[in-house]
Amino acid sequence: MIYLELFLNFLQIGLFSIGGGYAAMPLIQERVVDAKGWLSMTQFADIMAIAEMTPGPIAINAATFVGIQVAGIPGAVVATLGCIFPSCIIVTVLAYFYYRFRKLNMIQGVLSGLRPAVIAMIASAGIALIILAFYGQRSLPSDLASADIIAVAIFAVAVFVLRMWKPNPVFVMAGSGVAGLILYSLFG
Amino acid sequence: MEEQTKAEERSVKTTENRPGKKAKNKYLTLFLSTLKLSAFTFGGGFVIIPLMRKKFVEELGWIDEQEMIDMTAIAQSSPGAIAVNASILVGYRVAGIPGAMLTVIGTVIPPLVIISVISFFYKAFRDSRVVGMIMAGMMCGVAAVIVDVVINMAKTVFRQKRILPVIVMAAAFVATRFFSVNIIIIILACGLTGAADTFIRDRKSRKKAEKEEGGNGDLS
Repeated sequence: MIYLELFLNFLQIGLFSIGGGYAAMPLIQERVVDAKGWLSMTQFADIMAIAEMTPGPIAINAATFVGIQVAGIPGAVVATLGCIFPSCIIVTVLAYFYYRFRKLNMIQGVLSGLRPAVIAMIASAGIALIILAFYGQRSLPSDLASADIIAVAIFAVAVFVLRMWKPNPVFVMAGSGVAGLILYSLFG
Repeated sequence: MEEQTKAEERSVKTTENRPGKKAKNKYLTLFLSTLKLSAFTFGGGFVIIPLMRKKFVEELGWIDEQEMIDMTAIAQSSPGAIAVNASILVGYRVAGIPGAMLTVIGTVIPPLVIISVISFFYKAFRDSRVVGMIMAGMMCGVAAVIVDVVINMAKTVFRQKRILPVIVMAAAFVATRFFSVNIIIIILACGLTGAADTFIRDRKSRKKAEKEEGGNGDLS
């Protein structure tokens, strides 16, 4: 029963990938390439590249892609459902407890410690994305001046627009995409 | 406080039941918002948090600032994709379990559809220059949105005028950015720090009150 197998394997991926995003990658590879042989290593590298270019969580992207390769659109749906199933149960339970107990003094204390940490982690993710956008790689190169001028320009203008006029971010992102298309085809 | 939220919920329900239209609109807005947000979540889970904050905290006012940050902490310390977890929390907050189901579906549809379409011609997509240019531009835009939101969020920490949250923020940043410390460890350490801080401050203020009020220390 291929659907059940897809569901169960992606359920494992959903259950054991804590911290999201890139933390899920090795786990997906272990299940999908090594254990099940649903994708070749090249296909796996392809889907990771596509997952980075397209919106959506990497695990969901991988689930959809693998599901389609193995059992068509229904396979994609089943694999995606498996992937989100643990989240749905666990996070709903946590949400219930959060709203029930969040006014307790100790919980308030714990949360007050977490808040600055969360901001720091978002900042760190933002910097990782800036490095990827400016240099096309994950780590900072030794030559800082080798940054992609067009990317820096789009980024700077977008930050300025956001700080100045507080527009809907969706417009800023879509506008940046259009700017990318125009600038890269003119000067790229 | 639970009574209060329940009362709030009740009042929301009663006011929304009357026209009979607004309640429907709430679900629709919830669904369409997460659908739109998910369609723009490039570069991994965290990106959806600033976008959600803009939408649900600043625009719609359905969730307050602190709650959003708490949700982020819960979303990232739970298994699964951060974007999915965060949407479950937002949906649950706004409209209970039906809301959570709606937001999950809204979050999953864009990647499901996009990857399904792409998987039929993914080699062409992967190598397309036009797609590459648009995506490269969009990535800059997303990075800018994150920077914008981080500035706003960090401001709230500095506004407390206390040194400890700033230290926690700096330490957590160094730990993730430069030492790639496991997120769970950071969450545990910062949670414990916050609990200890509250405990100590509580004791101090209680002692102070006892001194001032001569042992009549009923504070809360």
